[in-house]
Amino acid sequence: MTQTPITDIDLHAYVDGQVDATRRAEIEAHLAANQAAAATVREYRRLNRRLHEEFDDVLNEPVPHAMIRVSRRQPFDVIRRIAAVLVLVVVGGAGGWVLNDLSAAQGDPVAAAFPERAGIVHAIYSAERRHAVEVASDERPHLVAWLTNRLGTDVKLPDLTEAGFQLVGGRLLPGESKPAAHFLYEDVEGRRVTLYMRHGDTGRGDTRFSFADENGVGVYYWINGQTGYALAASLEREDLLKVAKIVYHQLGG
Amino acid sequence: MQEKDRLIIEQIPRLRRYARALTGNANAAEDLVQDCLERSWNKFHLWQRGSNMRAWMFTIMHNIHVNQVRKAISRPTVVSLAEWTDDRGVKPVQEKRVEVRNVGAALELLPEEQRAVVLLIGLEELSYLEVAKVLDIPIGTVMSRLSRGRERLRQMLSDVGVEPKETVTET
Repeated sequence: MTQTPITDIDLHAYVDGQVDATRRAEIEAHLAANQAAAATVREYRRLNRRLHEEFDDVLNEPVPHAMIRVSRRQPFDVIRRIAAVLVLVVVGGAGGWVLNDLSAAQGDPVAAAFPERAGIVHAIYSAERRHAVEVASDERPHLVAWLTNRLGTDVKLPDLTEAGFQLVGGRLLPGESKPAAHFLYEDVEGRRVTLYMRHGDTGRGDTRFSFADENGVGVYYWINGQTGYALAASLEREDLLKVAKIVYHQLGG
Repeated sequence: MQEKDRLIIEQIPRLRRYARALTGNANAAEDLVQDCLERSWNKFHLWQRGSNMRAWMFTIMHNIHVNQVRKAISRPTVVSLAEWTDDRGVKPVQEKRVEVRNVGAALELLPEEQRAVVLLIGLEELSYLEVAKVLDIPIGTVMSRLSRGRERLRQMLSDVGVEPKETVTET
């Protein structure tokens, strides 16, 4: 069997995962027998690592509000929201959950923006696998103290173990006029849940446990006095509801 | 938030990372991302459903960036690209050594076209085919630019020092 010679281009393609299994095996055989080529491959890999070390922090930086444009709701969306609320009343009614999704949100732009903002935060910060949080869960006490200080209220982290989710970490984000807190949880399947919290920056007043469908991102949210909580994820509705109930019970409505 | 919003918003962190690395300047990068987002929102109807959103937005960003670089070069007060790169290539060795310990500084010394390829592949992990589409160049050109760009970076960042700048002509 004749084999195409291994060139420098092949080494790059190997480093970048751009070769098929057959060629990969040929290149690996070549590397095993050729120290200079193996050293070159190590150097190219190191270069890619250095690029990530240098620039990955940008992924963690809060995205300025000016960059986020959101289309105005279409009339269809409102109909869909009403339908969603009706379903919730039927499903949730037995559990004693009182819902007033549309009434609370409409007429108060800040309150209306709250669940949407949570959906946006989830869309932005849960897509990245490697760098999804600013402070990781192993610094939990620091995370809590820091965000308590910045939000000006006691920040408590819910324990979502019973739903299978563990804390990945958190970050501080700009809210409407004050900072907001963002926590990310993940389960063993890599599914992610965003907990978004604001204090003194949620609009007019109390909003009972409600649901908003932010186009592929479901959001359960409630505002109790000064403090608003929102739980956002691209999960089955009932799975998210289960997690949301745990958060609601632990943090208080 | 509509689907369009979500699809675009999800890409923002990656776009910012790439823009920062490409321009080497935080303000310029934010402007580039902002322009890219505006255009993506306005041209969303042109995006082919099911195709790679990230690659589509990188294409838009690349086109904006190329136009900006061209404009900057054609301004009479600005030195030509050749002079500019030459000037940067012949800095005293002492100073250059300090500079190129940092990957960002080394990237700035790369020709624009090589820098884009090295970053889209090494940092953004696009496939060679995707990069060819984003930059609208043949895949062979992607590979030759990658090979030359990476080799230069490797030389600049190794302790051996910097070799004389190679010519930018291309196969």
